[in-house]
Amino acid sequence: MTAKPLLDVSDLRVTFPIRREGDMPWTPPRLLHAVGGVDFTLNPGETLGIVGESGSGKSTLARALIGLAPATGRAIWQDGTELIGLSARQMLKYRADIQMVFQDPLASLNPRMTVGQIIAEPLTTHHPGLSRDQVKTRVKQMMERVGLLPNQINRYPHEFSGGQCQRIGIARALIVEPKLIICDEPVSALDVSIQAQVINLLADLQRDLGLALIFIAHDLSVVKHISDRVLVMYLGRVMEIAQANSLYATPQHPYTQALLSAVPVPDPELERAKTIIPLAGELPSPMAPPSGCVFRTRCPRAQEACAATPPALLGEAQHLTACHFPGPLTPQEIARAVAEPQPA
Amino acid sequence: MALLDIKDLNVTFATNDGEVHAVNGINLSLERGETLGIVGESGSGKSQLAFAVMGLLARNGRATGSVSFDGQQILNAPLKTLNRIRAEHIAMIFQDPMTSLNPYMRVSDQMAESLMLHHGLSKSAAVADAIRMLDAVRIPDAAGRARLYPHEFSGGMRQRVMIAMALLCQPEVLIADEPTTALDVTVQAQIMALLAELQAELGMAMILITHDLGVVAGSCERVAVMYGGRIREEGPTGPIFADPTHPYTKGLLAAIPRVDQKGDRLSAIPGSPPNMSNPPPGCAFCPRCDFALECCATERPVLTGFAPGRTRSCHVAIDTVRAGIPDTEQETAP
Repeated sequence: MTAKPLLDVSDLRVTFPIRREGDMPWTPPRLLHAVGGVDFTLNPGETLGIVGESGSGKSTLARALIGLAPATGRAIWQDGTELIGLSARQMLKYRADIQMVFQDPLASLNPRMTVGQIIAEPLTTHHPGLSRDQVKTRVKQMMERVGLLPNQINRYPHEFSGGQCQRIGIARALIVEPKLIICDEPVSALDVSIQAQVINLLADLQRDLGLALIFIAHDLSVVKHISDRVLVMYLGRVMEIAQANSLYATPQHPYTQALLSAVPVPDPELERAKTIIPLAGELPSPMAPPSGCVFRTRCPRAQEACAATPPALLGEAQHLTACHFPGPLTPQEIARAVAEPQPA
Repeated sequence: MALLDIKDLNVTFATNDGEVHAVNGINLSLERGETLGIVGESGSGKSQLAFAVMGLLARNGRATGSVSFDGQQILNAPLKTLNRIRAEHIAMIFQDPMTSLNPYMRVSDQMAESLMLHHGLSKSAAVADAIRMLDAVRIPDAAGRARLYPHEFSGGMRQRVMIAMALLCQPEVLIADEPTTALDVTVQAQIMALLAELQAELGMAMILITHDLGVVAGSCERVAVMYGGRIREEGPTGPIFADPTHPYTKGLLAAIPRVDQKGDRLSAIPGSPPNMSNPPPGCAFCPRCDFALECCATERPVLTGFAPGRTRSCHVAIDTVRAGIPDTEQETAP
């Protein structure tokens, strides 16, 4: 890696104070650690997939990066600017470079604005000098680029299907020519056949425009498909980060292995023959995460050392794992996990 | 005789935009102990089919045709008959357990309610039964947890409560409408394993309604693929996945990204699903079909058998679909 990373994130934390009913005003609030110290770098033009189950902090991480959630730590943009802690006014400059596509296609579009107005809004915000004709031309070009008919420019979001609404959201993000688009579960609300259309669109746009993508999803197969590198999160921490091929072929962290084993495969023979590695119990509360490794309470390989110190993100050749005892689970370990009564 | 026999089932809804034909001429049968998967995308009519069977259609919905359970006609049956069927023979679980459980009632109370109503048990006996069932769906500390309210459970646990509630009366048929769609994959795997175990234990038949072909591959013996309110292809799970003969089934299978394969470009199905208030006159899939012939736009294909246990409704010859048309696979925007 000789090129300067587009984004260099280190020790990013997001903590929410939680006040309980009946607390006195002077009682210190309890803290919910949604993201607890995440490190990664993102290169220009690269796709980083972030996977994790609900409550793993993947969406909060994305929101923190564009200043929608209160964060501490460091996130350094390509030009050397520290993004964390920028005021809204200072952040405005970078919002043109970092755009976001949200999960619920219809809910993220203002129902009272026409498609043209929705897509034009970022453009007029960041380039106030453009004439109305210029804006309209750019909007129409962009609509065509994402596969919408330009003559639908005066329609309202409710007149479009879910897949088309997601295309509108993508057009809105693209119109300011960002360097990075953060996609937060962009296809999870869509049907399979439509999902494939949107994934292909994102892949094409990325290739043609040299965009970097942060692609957040709970669906491991979708992430595998689109990502160069994949980051696995659990309870606000990075468990494993690696090249997509390497992560899916030889997952090192027990959590990644369990997660991968649970993904249904649309092939009756393979699906029925495979062994699912069960996770004991449930996701611990982020208000009181386990000591040491946060995954140890559900890990088939947990030992005493796991409770003592949190494992560092280590490894070689860009395959980093946060585990004291990384490596593939042995058949004995899997058998023991399967035999244990669950959930605890 | 099949346990559940659905013949020529139609469901229509009267709306301001005219009549919407959600389900059209469905024939399905379910044997004792069998698991049938119904696969389709949103708007394909798969849930309305189940609602019609259970007599749960919205007020503007109307079902015609015939649904018989164990020889007894239950479609549009009087409420009294339906209630007995729903209490003793056919149970249903829904996609979102949070919205299908009563947030104001303790889990034990809402579970006991049906036992007290249908079986005339006393409150304490009913609660004891409820706790036994919560234990059977592997909810730890069932007696303690039974006193909690639904919001105090996690998503997976809530779905377990739903399953426990559905199984209280030991039904012969369980209709599961997207039971794991709202859950994480690890929890989904647990719930599907639990359903399979309980099914074997109780000898219950199951209709699994889902959009996820992966889930179907793991648990169903037979699959019916629905599109635009009609069955497009039906048959045993293995052959359908190995050798899909309808362009829609084939397209759907190709559109799924898979963890176990090196992904290249996904082959998307172009266009979007049909508007059921104004369905195309011919095959509803025709506008999105790579194989479409001239007659597809005007003539509706009929579901016909072509191999033991397998049916399809398509004008295109089987071998043409099997061969595929690789060079004309273009993607068009909707």
